Amino acid sequence: MARYILKRLWHTVYVVVGISIISFFFIHLSGDPVMLMLPPDATKAEVEALREQLGFNDPLYVQYWRFASRAAMGDLGSSLYHRVPAIDLILERLPASLELAGAAMLIALVVSIPLGVVSAVKRGSIWDIGSMLGALFGLSMPHFWLGIMLILLFSVTLGWLPTSGRGTLAQLVMPSLALGLSLMAMFARLTRSVMLEVLSQDYVRTARSKGLREKIVIGKHALKNALIPLVTVAGMQFGFLIGGTVIIETVFAWPGVGRLVVQAIFSRDYPLVQAAVLVLAVIFVAVNLLVDLIYLYLDPQISYLEQT
Amino acid sequence: MSAPARPGESPERFRNLRATLRLWGETLKALGRSPGGVAGGILLALILATSLGFHVVYPVDPLAQDLLARLTPPFWEEGGSLAHPLGTDNLGRDVLVRILYGSRVSLAVGFAAVLVACGAGILLGLISGYYGGRTDSVIMRVADIFMAYPFMLLTISVIAVLGNSIFNLILVLGLSDWVTYARTIRGSVLSIKEKEFVLAARSVGTRHRVILLRHIFPNVLSPILVLATVRVANIIIWESGLSFLGMGVPPPMPTWGRMLAEGRVYITDAWWLVTLPGLAIMLTILSINLLGDGLRDALDPRLRNI
Repeated sequence: MARYILKRLWHTVYVVVGISIISFFFIHLSGDPVMLMLPPDATKAEVEALREQLGFNDPLYVQYWRFASRAAMGDLGSSLYHRVPAIDLILERLPASLELAGAAMLIALVVSIPLGVVSAVKRGSIWDIGSMLGALFGLSMPHFWLGIMLILLFSVTLGWLPTSGRGTLAQLVMPSLALGLSLMAMFARLTRSVMLEVLSQDYVRTARSKGLREKIVIGKHALKNALIPLVTVAGMQFGFLIGGTVIIETVFAWPGVGRLVVQAIFSRDYPLVQAAVLVLAVIFVAVNLLVDLIYLYLDPQISYLEQT
Repeated sequence: MSAPARPGESPERFRNLRATLRLWGETLKALGRSPGGVAGGILLALILATSLGFHVVYPVDPLAQDLLARLTPPFWEEGGSLAHPLGTDNLGRDVLVRILYGSRVSLAVGFAAVLVACGAGILLGLISGYYGGRTDSVIMRVADIFMAYPFMLLTISVIAVLGNSIFNLILVLGLSDWVTYARTIRGSVLSIKEKEFVLAARSVGTRHRVILLRHIFPNVLSPILVLATVRVANIIIWESGLSFLGMGVPPPMPTWGRMLAEGRVYITDAWWLVTLPGLAIMLTILSINLLGDGLRDALDPRLRNI
């Protein structure tokens, strides 16, 4: 158990270091930030002075080392555009993105699990066919288009919900629904298939033959085991969600990290982009670590399998 | 000097070919038994044919502006006419022909990016699974890092730096998507390389490259085919998203994502501008997903329940 956790921690560390290296070198390929910081009529001497002052004349590995050792202390550099520490900007916007991703995940799970279970238990029924067709449509819609369609229906036509902004529950409904629908579809399909597999297992047949009520067989014996793959997928998707809210935040003018990054990319504010990528990657890896630990709790066999 | 016949050379090869063809025939027959798969296949074929040949039937310039006919609704609405069956946009450009041109961009980027991803993923997955050891762990560690990299941000920032051209788009979308293929292939290779026919080929001294390409590769193709189908759908959605943000194929080429972004401004006056391009995306993705589900059922009977 301890060995497994240590192994996972090591995995987390090298992924984060790898991402910091990729984003560092990549950002450096992207052009000279000094030219963006100075007015266009700056003299050559001024450019050179600023380069020297900011350390851009050092070899790349020296610059990376400086970046990495500062990053380890929580200093991710300053935004060229906002002129404040990048980490402050990101942390300020992060709650909004987490709120959106969390709401989307909640909607998706609450709807999809019962849908998937009912579809599996009543396989071939109208329920099953209907919800699986619905899931297929859900998977086929780009979430930002769904967002626009929701605005068209609920804001433009019916006038029920505000089109943008953050703060009230009414403002959260459409963006989280738009973001959550494809997840809902994915989870419903997954729950159904895992349930079908679990329901055909021997222990379920044993439970049934013992004369247990169907509700208990499904809820206690089947669903509990079906949850394991669902937890993994949901965890991974949550990591993706936080980095993937970029477009939906643009559609609904949601003040999250995604929109901050898009603006930073357009204004060539690379330190901010780099910091945001790093923070989002750390969150992604941390969520995955957490999922693996939950997994360990749900299915103790795994740690032994991993070791062999 | 004539070399002794090795396994995998001519007579064997023809037998292999026949076996492969028979396998594909069976797959197609199995696909034919899935109504969803058939429907998806037909729909996708129709979309592809329309996308390739519409200009013969509907030769309209997608860039021609008609400022007097701005924001004309589709023909079934009041004020619409068959001159512009699906209406016009804010510059009086024909919406139908723009959607049709958009399909070319989306399908081309979708299929090409998947080819790039498939190529890179298959190569790395085969090497990783077959040779194992240090090569394997290096490739898989890099894959882990790629998996954790915020994908959307990666593509957006690469496009922002390299500039948005159709070539860059294909390259970036393709190269950021190799991991799934590599992992799938690696898993299959790991289980296949211990099978008797591979061990037999090795014991008679067949070269590694030949074993990899002729004995292992054909046996790991079916999961890749299913995966690639699903990924085409994903890439098309990503492409439209990038276009929507203004980072897709550069103007004036009409794309579905950009049409949605431009139409969003007129959402209160012209519902068709934000609805119809999205419907086009959805139909395309739906057809691919249906086909993908059908293919998976046909190729892997174990997964038939999913």
